[in-house]
Amino acid sequence: MRRPQIVTDERRRRHGGTGWLVALVGAVVLVGAPYLPWAYGDEAMDDMTYLGGPSPTQFLGLALGAALLVCLLAARFLVPRLPAARRRWFAWHTGASAVATGALAFQAVVVVAVALELGGLVNVEYGGWIALAGALLAFAGTRLLVPERTATLGRVHSPGWLVIVVIAVVMLGSLLLIAHALDEDDPGVFIALLVFVGAAVVLVLRVGLGGWFSSQTARFRPVLVMAAFLVAFAFPFTQDGSNANMSIATQVLIFAATALGLNIVVGLAGLLDLGYIAFLGAGAFVAAILSGSAFSAVGWNPPFIVTVLISGVVASVLGLIIGSPTLRVSGDYLAIVTLAFGEIFRLVMINLDGNDGPDLTNGSNGIPNIPDLNLLGFDFGEPHVILGVEIPRFANYYFLLLVLIGLVIVVFANLNRSRIGRGWVAIREDEKAAEAMGVNVFGLKLFAFAGGAFLAGVAGAVKAHHDISVTPDQYVFLESAFLLAAVVLGGMGTILGVLVGATLLRLMPEKLRFFDEYRLLAFGLLLVVMMRFRPEGLIASRRRQLEFHEDDEELAAHTGETPPGAGRVEPEGAR
Amino acid sequence: MSTTAEQATFDTLEADEVLLEARGVTMRFGGLVAVDGVDLTVRAGEIVGLIGPNGAGKTTFFNCLTGLYKPTSGVVSFAGRPLRPRPRAVVRAGMARTFQNIRLFQNMTALENVMVGRYCRTSAGPLTSIVRGPKFRREEAETRARAQELLEFVGMPDVADTLARNLPYGDQRRLEVARALATDPQLLLLDEPTAGMNPQETRQAEVLIQRIRQTGLAVVVIEHDMRFIFNLCDRVLCLVRGSVLVEGTPEEVQSDPRVIEAYIGTSADEPDETGSTPEDGAPRA
Repeated sequence: MRRPQIVTDERRRRHGGTGWLVALVGAVVLVGAPYLPWAYGDEAMDDMTYLGGPSPTQFLGLALGAALLVCLLAARFLVPRLPAARRRWFAWHTGASAVATGALAFQAVVVVAVALELGGLVNVEYGGWIALAGALLAFAGTRLLVPERTATLGRVHSPGWLVIVVIAVVMLGSLLLIAHALDEDDPGVFIALLVFVGAAVVLVLRVGLGGWFSSQTARFRPVLVMAAFLVAFAFPFTQDGSNANMSIATQVLIFAATALGLNIVVGLAGLLDLGYIAFLGAGAFVAAILSGSAFSAVGWNPPFIVTVLISGVVASVLGLIIGSPTLRVSGDYLAIVTLAFGEIFRLVMINLDGNDGPDLTNGSNGIPNIPDLNLLGFDFGEPHVILGVEIPRFANYYFLLLVLIGLVIVVFANLNRSRIGRGWVAIREDEKAAEAMGVNVFGLKLFAFAGGAFLAGVAGAVKAHHDISVTPDQYVFLESAFLLAAVVLGGMGTILGVLVGATLLRLMPEKLRFFDEYRLLAFGLLLVVMMRFRPEGLIASRRRQLEFHEDDEELAAHTGETPPGAGRVEPEGAR
Repeated sequence: MSTTAEQATFDTLEADEVLLEARGVTMRFGGLVAVDGVDLTVRAGEIVGLIGPNGAGKTTFFNCLTGLYKPTSGVVSFAGRPLRPRPRAVVRAGMARTFQNIRLFQNMTALENVMVGRYCRTSAGPLTSIVRGPKFRREEAETRARAQELLEFVGMPDVADTLARNLPYGDQRRLEVARALATDPQLLLLDEPTAGMNPQETRQAEVLIQRIRQTGLAVVVIEHDMRFIFNLCDRVLCLVRGSVLVEGTPEEVQSDPRVIEAYIGTSADEPDETGSTPEDGAPRA
């Protein structure tokens, strides 16, 4: 795969100085422009009409400009003064390129958003154009900079307290960011915020801090994981008892838990399952039937723990039934059979209405009025006051789902780093050879399939109570496709990747309501772009990355040594 | 290099006890008879060579023995018990193989490759793996230690963390041997272990196979390199067009005119009807 090269190394060497100067001008413009008005109407985004008073979104633009300025100045004035050993700690030029690209995307989003929200490009005031021009200058200029090969900061050993402080700051920052992003109702501001976060993350990774973070936190993996969970637990306390954002958050968590289960099947065992939503549905229906709802055909109402287990077992039995005849054949057949299974499941649920079959699911009306959970006297339907903060209904489910997700993560990570996980990798690599070495190929595939189904069934049981009602039309093929998209987009075989992918795919439709009609078009385009430029997903597992780039010698050569400076390659399942 | 369990098995075996016994193994693909009624007996600690021109059915015969193919007819038994033609059953019974075209798990490290070989001798299930139970931890540590030990045995102690695909060619062949040894076999089937190797690497391979035999394993080896075969083997079978042409000591086979004929081609009055070119399969003596 050869990309056309407009800017050759030769040109970079010759015009690097000019490029630096152009980029510097661009950066200064980017820093200054937020103080100018960007739009003629105050309804656009978060009111960017003032001269001398930047709005929060304009401040984000300023921050990108400032970051670029720091990169450029550091590369020119700081690096030559450092002792030789420290000169290659940071990759300032690489970082400048990344942040300039981010700034350009950011300014473009702002201009487009203003135009869309106010009806036409005429509504963009001169400040907006100047900022865009600055971003263009910065982008063009940074193309001419000679990028550093790698940043060596990842190999620097830092004291433990520093690492822990950084972890705490990062986690606190992400908590505030998530809370802030969820409160953002304006679609333009939301997308601009996403672009800003993306640019910031890429900058941090490219400039060398990412490599430092991943190599240093490897020592404090448990601290990192605990901190992440602590932040997740703290999130409801930032919401002042409001249910609105918590409802979105719980939906994200359900989706993420299911996607993680699917990731065991797809990412670890390498089986393509296009009907995974049916297992979630099976769990949900079982839980609904056993919930004691007045519309349930079964009177038995066991404790929730029992219900959860039954849901999981029923789902995994379905998985065994589908898997045992089909897992003996190769990938494409399995995809088709699971696709059909998803549809069959939905139709069966519609037909179990007493007319066409036994009355079990109430047909297409489904089972409404599922009572809220009550675990050990804790009523999930009622708001509770904890530490002086009101915790509404959805927040209760949020905590339960966090526990569930923690469970799924433990299952995922520990299976991955075990004899079973090695077997899965071996099957993915060379099924025949794995078989000839005594790996139980069929058994391992069936286990992945049934185990994944079990997790989906458990998630479904919680979902039934969370949603209050369960209907067959919640479990359509499109949902399976979105689950798969979350796995592929985030990164097959990784935990963090799928969490990010699931969050993006669930959050975007919530925040971009106006975009609803084009949702499928946009996701289709997104996936095509991903397949072209980063088939291994946003956050790639090292092994998957190798598999997708079979001919990339440089990539292969890097593994097994210290992590590459970019730091975006995580050991499989490490997070 | 043997585990205690394996050692116990060997103690019960007589020196010339029959390990592998194949009777009348036949493999048909439609009208083509690739392997035609081949008999093979391998005794404990023996090294048996399998030679023959290309297309003679040597690898197909291996596939029949190891369960990758289900033979059309014939019986394969191992240590006195009949073998089901399933790869897993074969490996568990104590027969492991390498491949003619290297089939390592390319994106796994060398150590992980060998650890996969331990799969059939370990049993940690999902539950203990998920909760990291004592059984899991013990077994995992043992697996790792044994894999490292095997890497050292084949002479590459320092490559544990190197990806298989980054290893030089000769090392990949040795890694395949280590992976096969990890299954605790009593009989090792090597399919052209020196193909593509330079003379020095071939010599190393010879030494390695000798050392494997010293640990009590029997070896069946497919080779084209005649010097290699004659240095190593106690017995040689020459396979031509699916059936055994000659069986005997290396000297007997080497001097047999039919073997030379099968390789070099026939004399002028008996034209070679298959029209095969001898280059690829010719003995590199």
